[in-house]
Amino acid sequence: MSATVEINFTLNGRKRQLTIDAGLSALNLLRDKLDMTGTKYACGEGECGACTILVDGLSVNSCLMYAADFDGRDIVTIEGLRSDKGFDPMQDAFVEHGAIQCGFCMPGMIMQARHLADTNKDLTYDGLKRGLEGNVCRCTGYKKVFDAVADVIGIAK
Amino acid sequence: MQVKPSGTLDEYLAPVTIEEAARALADGRASVLAGGTDLMLQAANGRTPYRGRLVNIRRIAELRGAAITGGRVRIGALTTVTDILNHAELAKAVPVLRQTADKFASNQIRNMATIGGNICNASPAGDMIIPLLALEAEVELASWDGAKIRTREVALEKFFTGPGRTVMERGELLTAVSFAVPEAGHRVRFAKSGPRPALEISTVSAAFAATCKDGVTTNVRIVLGAVAPTPIRARSAEALMEGAECSGDLAARAAKAAAGEISPIDDVRASAWYRTHLTEVFVRRLIEDVCHG
Ligand SMILES: Cc1cc2nc3c(=O)[nH]c(=O)nc-3n(C[C@H](O)[C@H](O)[C@H](O)COP(=O)(O)OP(=O)(O)OC[C@H]3O[C@@H](n4cnc5c(N)ncnc54)[C@H](O)[C@@H]3O)c2cc1C
Ligand code: FES
Ligand code: FES
Repeated sequence: MSATVEINFTLNGRKRQLTIDAGLSALNLLRDKLDMTGTKYACGEGECGACTILVDGLSVNSCLMYAADFDGRDIVTIEGLRSDKGFDPMQDAFVEHGAIQCGFCMPGMIMQARHLADTNKDLTYDGLKRGLEGNVCRCTGYKKVFDAVADVIGIAK
Repeated sequence: MQVKPSGTLDEYLAPVTIEEAARALADGRASVLAGGTDLMLQAANGRTPYRGRLVNIRRIAELRGAAITGGRVRIGALTTVTDILNHAELAKAVPVLRQTADKFASNQIRNMATIGGNICNASPAGDMIIPLLALEAEVELASWDGAKIRTREVALEKFFTGPGRTVMERGELLTAVSFAVPEAGHRVRFAKSGPRPALEISTVSAAFAATCKDGVTTNVRIVLGAVAPTPIRARSAEALMEGAECSGDLAARAAKAAAGEISPIDDVRASAWYRTHLTEVFVRRLIEDVCHG
């Protein structure tokens, strides 16, 4: 028998109530139970950052987080960055800078960039590079990604 | 894509006080969940099978946060690596903790990973453990004796018994780690290796602590990680340096002695030979940095 848990949380601004398996990962909950496939599954072990989401405003790897721990928390995924007003400025900046190639890493990359912009008031260009260390991209070479984020945060290269 | 976890998971609890948690662990058939960055993968691959009940301790507010009172630093088990990185008072009193936290995994992992989880996971490569051993820290353990909370303190050096193994009993919860604020002039530094700074499980890690006054080194502590079944103190290298004049080839001799005290393995990350070489280089550099920097 596998234990189940009832969780109440906010997902992209909407209150949710669900009963889930206690051992379920947050990533599996989002992708397989809620059909929210914006958050990507790649390594499944914390190395690549493709599964990055915001939990109470902090970025985490959803593949390592227990969905049971969503209870009472405020969750934002890539789907939540777009509003009626359009895309998040971070998403627009990535497009404008041509920072996206195949796009697979991008939901995680952009969520981590959002976290950096929201939590570090005096971030430097080197600081933002370090802040993105947990996000692997096989295509872009990172340069345009860094420039896009620097642009949003308003820091010189 | 969903991996079937090992062991049984037939109950889930999220206590909000230490007492509730200690009661939930009392029968010895429970697994503790903190940040989950080790547990999620280890439960899936069979290294740490679930023991029946999963006890999520992340809601216990009294377990989180660091404070300095009466010359002692006390860090709650649930304090995250990010909390340590951002704690200005702590960074001032013991810079080595921020230095170590800065080399830990990635931003996302630091946001989840707790200091208690790093200690309890008992990896010989656990990064936060290395400076804490140099600071001669002790851990506080709590358990439920049937009527009340029982607590005991264990020196961190006595805590580890092997890879993933500790003296902690099944019903015990690690509640905090504490140590004396280093005296003025006592410096502690940390170094870890890896092909890149981020997301690197240490191939070799080391901490060095000493007071270098009037050209003489005292209170010497040398700690080495990932080169033995548990993190270790290099006692003969420490003895060689204690009270010695910090000049000439002392750093090189102590580094050689430290490299002689380890029992490294060959694995995917490095050969035993390379680990020995790195140990010597790291210890020498740390000594030079602390004593001459
Ligand atoms: C990609 C990746 C990179 C990593 N990089 C590093 C690194 O650079 N340096 C490093 O040192 N580690 C690293 N780790 C390992 C891991 O992140 C750390 O060991 C972390 O500190 C574990 O803390 P946690 O809160 O996530 O522990 P959890 O996974 O919740 O718990 C770990 C173990 O300790 C037990 N436990 C936790 N808290 C308590 C408690 N208070 N009382 C009793 N038992 C307890 C749990 O039952 C479990 O067995 C990495 C892991 C990943 C996946
Ligand atoms: S899928 Fe989570 S970090 Fe790679
Ligand atoms: S754009 Fe292809 S992996 Fe990053």
